[in-house]
Amino acid sequence: MAVARYIKDDKDRILDVILESGIHVKPSYTPEDLNRIGFDYEKDVADPGQYPYTRGIHPLGYRSREWTTRQYTGFGSPEETNQRFKLMISHGQTGLNVAFDLPTQMGYDSDDPMSEGEVGRVGMAVDTLRDFEIAFKDIKLDKIGAGLTINAVASIMLAMYQAVGEKYGYDPKVISATPQNDILKEMVGRGAWIFPVEPAVRLIGDTIEYAMTVMPRTNPVSVCGYHIRESGATPAQEIAYAILIANVYIDNVLARGYDIDAFVGRFSFNLNVFGNMWEQIAKFRAARKLWARNLKEKYNVKNPQNLFLRGLFGGGGYGLTKAQPENNIMRGAYYALVAALSGAQTTALCSYDEAYTIPTPHSALLSLRTLQLLMDEMGLRDTVDPLAGSYFIETLTKEMEQKIEEETEKIVKYGGMIKAVSKGYIQRLVARQAYEVEKGLESGELLKVGVNIYKEGESEEVKLHEYNYESAERQIEDLKQVKRQRSQQDVLRTLKELESVIKEGKNVMPCLVECCKAYVTVGEMTSIFRQEFGEFQEPALF
Amino acid sequence: MDEKIIKVLIAKPGLDGHDRGAKVISHALKEAGMEVIYSGLHKTIDQIVHIALQEDVDIIGLSIMTGAHISIVGKLMKKMQEEDIIDKTVFVGGVIPAKDISKLKDLGVAGVFPGGTPLFETIELIKTHMKRT
Repeated sequence: MAVARYIKDDKDRILDVILESGIHVKPSYTPEDLNRIGFDYEKDVADPGQYPYTRGIHPLGYRSREWTTRQYTGFGSPEETNQRFKLMISHGQTGLNVAFDLPTQMGYDSDDPMSEGEVGRVGMAVDTLRDFEIAFKDIKLDKIGAGLTINAVASIMLAMYQAVGEKYGYDPKVISATPQNDILKEMVGRGAWIFPVEPAVRLIGDTIEYAMTVMPRTNPVSVCGYHIRESGATPAQEIAYAILIANVYIDNVLARGYDIDAFVGRFSFNLNVFGNMWEQIAKFRAARKLWARNLKEKYNVKNPQNLFLRGLFGGGGYGLTKAQPENNIMRGAYYALVAALSGAQTTALCSYDEAYTIPTPHSALLSLRTLQLLMDEMGLRDTVDPLAGSYFIETLTKEMEQKIEEETEKIVKYGGMIKAVSKGYIQRLVARQAYEVEKGLESGELLKVGVNIYKEGESEEVKLHEYNYESAERQIEDLKQVKRQRSQQDVLRTLKELESVIKEGKNVMPCLVECCKAYVTVGEMTSIFRQEFGEFQEPALF
Repeated sequence: MDEKIIKVLIAKPGLDGHDRGAKVISHALKEAGMEVIYSGLHKTIDQIVHIALQEDVDIIGLSIMTGAHISIVGKLMKKMQEEDIIDKTVFVGGVIPAKDISKLKDLGVAGVFPGGTPLFETIELIKTHMKRT
């Protein structure tokens, strides 16, 4: 469901509230509820910075470490993206979050027929190292981390990031990238997949293994419950699936003979915020607890710091509406509040025009200011987990924990995450739920302001970022020029090596870095992978 | 006399993978008694026309979220003319700004359903259109 379901009588009195995850909310909560759920402060909650980290991973919360603001940025050409990066940094943004256009995400060059009409449209176009050189020019890569919103070809983009860092004189050990790099969620929810499950998971294992020694400040994977929720999953399913997916990546790296404590501390999560406020807060508190327990009990993680669920909690796009777009400014502010009350390490807030397209500089700045004023003006830095001890929040957190475990159990019974994704089990489930939400909105059982209630006062269409056809043409011209200038010999040599590295099952990362440095295109590298791996066959849903 | 069951292809052209809307409308049309074929993701125009021909659908419904709807629909119409299947009705849904709706209709699209269009409206429009033709 999009939000909680309210059952009312004729007089509009609320008879029952059912949260999306299936929990009934009572009109009031008392200490008796804590007794009922067997609440134990030390075991269930504990102080901030203490296992199981329900109250947060740092003892001092935002007092010791402010949250990172990382607005999703990137469009058109690398030049335009570089300008936007600098603009957002000048406004006080503390992290970068790179949006890539669809051809780049799908491993096609800008001059590929598949890319027609899509170059630079929903993010920046990347064909070769030249594009990264321009996008990251004069950005202090040792001071600011970059989220790379890319999955199927995340290994190539991480290699590209190392290559550009080295080009600008940075040791890979000091640069910090967070590629999204979560292919299973793409298969469930967002669709930017290329390769079949097994080789796709292998590539993620390669990046984790490589980052351990070469780029230790990098967070090689950001597990995205976010997109699964956007596709129709409930909050409980979002967390259950995210942890199960993370376990698939963990298992891949463990099978290579590494100790869990050597790499799992760099895992990060990208989770969603829209929906009922209390349910979201309880979800994040329960998620931290379950992740820590999963690592401690299932994987025997020793170092307490490696038990932290570190997350980007982002204001969810599905919560925003095309109707009355300015309402999205208010929605965004509340999403940010929820993220702060939930102890997010990083936030990115969808801008009010994102129900249409990528944000204008104005809307992106409004979102950034929303995040900043919560921290600097509203007192969200003052104390950690201020809702702790609430009869309601503690009861709800415990109930959410149980719901998440139930959802986990269903997938385990089905045969595990890989099977559930390969067979389309989860895809069918969340698609069905998405449909039920639309029906609920249509019948009025679910409420959405401006959509099915308070529909009057529709404002004019917002001013949108306009797609620039010229910059797409220029991108293709620039690609041709790079191809003319690069050493054809180096290109052939590195691509040949890539082919044999893939065949031999070795880690592809060192070779990808060499390819990038030789200005091999993203499309050329991906076509070798396509040739060796084939493509994911989407399970039939209807 | 029994009404003929309307057969619909819901197709995701191009590289975009945001298919929540496509899947929701597929469910809705099925429940409204139509036969629905969902193309799956990342289909080229050639592939979409091929499926439409093979399955002999009455309607091609394109779900487009990227903003590339004008160029995609232009290509589809050209290909449909080449294959001589212009009798099939084309509907478009997704992130479509109001100013582009008339442009799409000029290209030959029978109806446009921007995000936020109620499901029943979409179903009714499709049914009414199919009765007329």
